[in-house]
Amino acid sequence: MISLRTGRLVGIIGYGAYVPMYRLQASEINRVWGGFGAPVEEKSVVALDEDAVTISVEAAKQAVKRAKINPVEIGAVYVGTESKPYAVKPSGTIVAEAIGATPNVSTADYEFACKAGTEAMQTCIALVGSGMCRYAMAIGADTAQGKPNDALEFTAACGGAAYIFGERSADTIAFIEASHSFVTDTPDFWRRAKEMYPRHGNRFTGEPAYFKHIDGAGKALLKETGYKPEDFKWAVFHQPNAKFPINAARMLGFSMDQIKPGLLSPKIGNTYAGSTLVGLAATLDVAQPGDRIFAVSYGSGSGSDAFILTVQDAIMDKRGGPKLSSFIEHKKYVDYATYLRHRGQIVQ
Amino acid sequence: MRNVKVAGVGLIKVTEYWDRSIQSLFAEASLKAIKDAGVENIDKVYVSNMSAALMQEQLNLAAVMTDTLGKPGLPGTRIEAGSASGGIAFHEAVQSVASGYSDAVLVTGVEKMSDILPEVVTTSLTMTEEQEYTSYTGVTKAGVAAMIHRLYMSLYASPEDICMMAVKSHEHAVGCKHAQYPFKMSIERAMSSPMEADPIHMMECSGIGDGAAAIVLVPSDGDGVEVAGTAVSTDYTNIALRPDPLEMNAIKTASENAYRMANVKVSDIDLAEVHDDFTINGIFGIEGLGLAKTGEGTKLVTNGDTDKDGKLPINTFGGLKARGNPIGATGIYQLSEIALQLQGKAGDHQVNNAEVGVALNSGGMASVCAVNVLRRLR
Repeated sequence: MISLRTGRLVGIIGYGAYVPMYRLQASEINRVWGGFGAPVEEKSVVALDEDAVTISVEAAKQAVKRAKINPVEIGAVYVGTESKPYAVKPSGTIVAEAIGATPNVSTADYEFACKAGTEAMQTCIALVGSGMCRYAMAIGADTAQGKPNDALEFTAACGGAAYIFGERSADTIAFIEASHSFVTDTPDFWRRAKEMYPRHGNRFTGEPAYFKHIDGAGKALLKETGYKPEDFKWAVFHQPNAKFPINAARMLGFSMDQIKPGLLSPKIGNTYAGSTLVGLAATLDVAQPGDRIFAVSYGSGSGSDAFILTVQDAIMDKRGGPKLSSFIEHKKYVDYATYLRHRGQIVQ
Repeated sequence: MRNVKVAGVGLIKVTEYWDRSIQSLFAEASLKAIKDAGVENIDKVYVSNMSAALMQEQLNLAAVMTDTLGKPGLPGTRIEAGSASGGIAFHEAVQSVASGYSDAVLVTGVEKMSDILPEVVTTSLTMTEEQEYTSYTGVTKAGVAAMIHRLYMSLYASPEDICMMAVKSHEHAVGCKHAQYPFKMSIERAMSSPMEADPIHMMECSGIGDGAAAIVLVPSDGDGVEVAGTAVSTDYTNIALRPDPLEMNAIKTASENAYRMANVKVSDIDLAEVHDDFTINGIFGIEGLGLAKTGEGTKLVTNGDTDKDGKLPINTFGGLKARGNPIGATGIYQLSEIALQLQGKAGDHQVNNAEVGVALNSGGMASVCAVNVLRRLR
């Protein structure tokens, strides 16, 4: 048995997602740097007063509201991010305080590049599955850093999503059938302590990193559960650009129709630890009871978490308030100089 | 001097080997060639490589590779001559057998370029230009090629005519098992690709790849494919010092000497491999080898003469552009491909009735060139 199954079935009782309203277009980056790249059309940019914690709080508040639970019953708040405002001091405590989950709560920040959010999900699923927590919240959120004139500048974006897990019941909107993690020591992308921007191995980030691990986690879980791609209504893959998730889907046998609702990178870029979680949120926004969802994250360094979820009836009553699409459509373009100011890359 | 023949060849696919070492690539190609040759023992090894010092931080490749083959004690030499390393290693290996010093020589070219970032590859290629007068200006190898590409365009040919060199190479690579890019590429796609160094488009440049190719040379027994001629020549490294920057004298001198040694005329040549790391260099190769007059190289390409079924097939497995250009291995790939053609083992790439084939391997901006002529005996 390689796949993670819990002693008691665990489901999502509430979810929320948030993407800041500012956008920087690839064409604007090309205007400044004289380049020609367009791995995505545009990416989301934070406002001056936003960071990974405020994004987490926005998503977490929506998740609590939709879950219709008392936040003091949340026993764990884990924030996966590589954009911690503090190097030392948990982001999770701020979020837990903001949503009213303190003080009887476990919090921690997770770091695993772009899969820190799904790693937090794995832990929360285990905590609820074991009975240690009634509810546990996992968040993936980032204000990702891209060095000026680096390939990552086109895609490094801002956004996040929060999921509250509880024991499967008529109140859960989707339950977890199984999950699997696949990890190797593959240094394709990293940021050393006190460095402002990450570095990466260029094409090495593709085949031996992203695709190998998505393939490893995805195929192992399919084999373990006996499901085939056609058994799923929807699929979500980590989205570092517009092309990779499409190729990953094709590689595993999924169609464009299956990944369409969750494919957000062309419009918002790569939200890093938030990426798979916002893709899943956009998919849940349109899913119907009974739909089965396949989701695989990827984090550099490297690893993937794969999940199989089945949507339940409660989803119809528990996705009120603004959908993720409203955050994506409500946007304001900024020029390159404004972008630098919002990102703190030029200061007084 | 003894006559020398190609006893065996070994090729691996040019691609990105993320999970393999340079030794592993060297060993696979070498063992394939030794098996193909059917020889019991090798008594000398030539290792052709340009940039292991930079890309793998590895020097002393001869010892590293004889060790890899499990043959410590075997004489070994590493040859570096920029992008011409392979052709020149072959040239040296031929002399070793011809002189009687060696009876079975393995010459293997290997380059592993995916271990480092593309900008470091660009640096290593530019290191084949002279640091004191050329590289220090910040110009890249593509930048130097762009200048003479532009000059050639202003005198002789349209951008599209030159670009056809890449289109034809891709046509020839279709179905080639050891090619990095075995697919067709349209002229529209190439001409709409971003500029690498204006006026050279990205799709007019060979890519970055890992590869290894090996040949075993033995004394000729009057059968098979013989090395008919081999020559190396050099030119001013700085193109500004050349009387005419469009005259590639190292190619001309090397080819004239190799043809003389082989006792062949240009009209005897049945197929050729040219060094098309940039499209313009493919054209200079055609002209430098005497296959076309100066300024008329593109005509041969555009009128179909260089097609597989044309009068003078060129780059029949895709050339540097489509088969791939793992620098130190490239010259050995070229000669292996000519040998396969003359042995009748070229499969879908086979050209008819070829007896004499020539390979041009060129380093720097043709500042060092090896021209090797192979001939089918029966």
